[in-house]
Amino acid sequence: MSQTRLLSVLVENKPGVLMRVASMIRRRGFNIDSLAVGPTEDETVSRMTISVHVGRQQAEQATKQLAKIVDVIAIDDITGLRSVAHELLLMRVHTSPGRRTEIIDTVEIFRGRIVDVGASSLIVEISGSTEKIENFVELMRPYGIMEMARSGAVALVRGDQARIRIVDYEVGEEAVAGGSRRAPVAAGPAADLTGDI
Amino acid sequence: MTSNGQVAETAPVRRMTGAQVCLEALIREGVDTIFGYPGGANLTLYRYLPEFPQIRHILVRHEQGAAHAADGYARSRRGKVGCVFATSGPGALNLVTGLATAYGDSVPVVAITGQVPTSAIGTDSFQESDVIGSTMSVVKHSYLLMRVEDIAPTIKEAFHVARSGRPGPVVIDFPKDLQAAVTEFNYPEDAVRMRSFPPTPEPDPAKLRTIANLIKEAKRPVILCGRGVLISQAEEELAALAHRANIPVGWTLLGTGAFPLQDPLALQMVGFMGAGYTNKAVCDADVLIMVGMRCDDRVTTRLDSFAPNVEHLIHIDIDPAEIGKNVVPHVSVVADAKNALRQLTALVEPKREHQWLTQIDQWKEEHPIHYISNNGLLQPQEVLEEMYSRCHDAAIVVADVGLNQIWAALWFNYAKPGLFLNSGGTGCMGYAFPASMGVKLANPDRTVFCVAGDGGFVMNMQEMATMVENGIDVKILILNNDSLGMVRQFQDDFYEGVRSASELSHIPDFVKLGEAFGMKAMTTSRREEVGPMLDAALAHKGPVLMNFDIDPKANVYPIVPLGRGMLDFVEAS
Repeated sequence: MSQTRLLSVLVENKPGVLMRVASMIRRRGFNIDSLAVGPTEDETVSRMTISVHVGRQQAEQATKQLAKIVDVIAIDDITGLRSVAHELLLMRVHTSPGRRTEIIDTVEIFRGRIVDVGASSLIVEISGSTEKIENFVELMRPYGIMEMARSGAVALVRGDQARIRIVDYEVGEEAVAGGSRRAPVAAGPAADLTGDI
Repeated sequence: MTSNGQVAETAPVRRMTGAQVCLEALIREGVDTIFGYPGGANLTLYRYLPEFPQIRHILVRHEQGAAHAADGYARSRRGKVGCVFATSGPGALNLVTGLATAYGDSVPVVAITGQVPTSAIGTDSFQESDVIGSTMSVVKHSYLLMRVEDIAPTIKEAFHVARSGRPGPVVIDFPKDLQAAVTEFNYPEDAVRMRSFPPTPEPDPAKLRTIANLIKEAKRPVILCGRGVLISQAEEELAALAHRANIPVGWTLLGTGAFPLQDPLALQMVGFMGAGYTNKAVCDADVLIMVGMRCDDRVTTRLDSFAPNVEHLIHIDIDPAEIGKNVVPHVSVVADAKNALRQLTALVEPKREHQWLTQIDQWKEEHPIHYISNNGLLQPQEVLEEMYSRCHDAAIVVADVGLNQIWAALWFNYAKPGLFLNSGGTGCMGYAFPASMGVKLANPDRTVFCVAGDGGFVMNMQEMATMVENGIDVKILILNNDSLGMVRQFQDDFYEGVRSASELSHIPDFVKLGEAFGMKAMTTSRREEVGPMLDAALAHKGPVLMNFDIDPKANVYPIVPLGRGMLDFVEAS
């Protein structure tokens, strides 16, 4: 039985890290559905959000093998957690005479934006869950999708606290303490005070 | 500054080239031997190498030999890191097989490869190759140096990564212009701390208590140990645990030597070509404790046949990713083997399951490791018995890959823990001969035997020149069966007997070959000459090549037919 896992991975912002992650996933026979990478609040750290398609027993392996990569600081399997997982869609859709208004109405319902207008096409920007994006794509198919680009999901877990606390060995007291010495620690279930807004 | 404006006496700032920084840093990391090969992109390193007489450089004849030699050096001198130099492009690419071998068996090696100048990277310049990309899947980590001030801290970090946790090979790609650039020498004094590379955790005490209780309740306990026990030098701790609770101990191919065969609690190698009695013990065990092993397919045979009656499977390994990768344990401990075994033994109560040990002794009698000798031809095991009778529980034996490897492992018979080295994970033919050079250089006071087949030996035989040039005193045994023996056995038994590309119809005259390289060389096909030949070899100072023409039909037994389970082993008959 295979499934999709959503992994939030903090990595050193260094050249080649994306290749190390992608290479490991390919080598171990896991399939990437999407992978989004970008900077974080700390300029030395990047966050990768990886949607990976794995067999049931592989899910834990994928996480552990990722954690083993030396440039990976912390990894959090956020599948099934209350999280915000959004992706961005840009789509050029064909607008035949008389149907432009219908399209604009649909975009508004999806809380999207028209970001470019041509004589016979529009570029639409929509963000939201993968499901929402896919629904929108289906609705647009009859009009004629000319081209589209999707970012893949980026995600954060809901709640008041950062999920992952990076302990810096140079200053953190964990550096000398004998107890819990794993550098990256998931903060555990955060107080869930927020909802979908 | 002092009051009169003079600069106070402090350590003078040392300005040196990047190459000198590198060599100085290697000395700080304890490197005394480098296996290498010069070329256009590392000539600056070689320009300054003679200024560091503390470092012995061994000029190999092919970079693969350098990687294997550094591997042998590190495996046999535990805690030390092997070190390799190679130039860019083909030089670095020739290392790949050796790095994969080190990676497969968790051997700490740091390879420093020359690279084209930083300004030329990405332009397909002469002898440029993407070394980071080419080696990525066979190294633990890799670095491309791009700033001269990064050289010293990168080398320090690379050695830390290579030797810490589960060890492994690390590549540092070192562009030519940085080797020549001048900088200040600042070696970081503090221990390396990396947020992305946490130290090895302490064993979880609650889990150790659970395991101690499971051992207490166990009726049919078995320990299996792997190379992790040898890496962490936990042989004494393993013996202490086994003796305290009277638990029989078996091992993987790479765990050979960790537990002495002559101990009454010793089983033998497990799995595909393991002893029948070990496989029976594992299949009947109610509590199975696996320490420092990966549980790969050569151990489990058909996965569902592995330890079917086990009620509590316990796995202790330093690498969390090994837990549950192939076999899912009930209790797992992520820790260094030495530490975990020591703490566990303190919690275990003395006990003895007489019935179980009696049963195991009975299996040992029913399924002894043995061979048949009735055709008058020299049997490989006869050669190995003679060799092992001259090891005095102290020689280091390096075996290649194939039939010779399994025979050498199954006949390894020490009364105390010893070193039996081979490429068990990657299974790299051609490993043993160059590796044995590194082993001898790391252990000048110990006898080193290299056991190879006629196929594997020629794969890296160019290193005879290195061996003779440096007077590296290795005794080489070629078990010559005129074929790629294991391939031939598999074709006979599992591929309808179609012998395809497995018979070596032209074999070099190994005596002439050895002599051409300036090496003492001998040959025989007669049983009674084996002992005297080994004595002569041991009496000779310097490397000796011994060719033994063995029974070309000699096979490895026991063996589990491909696709079958642990108890389907076939024995010699």
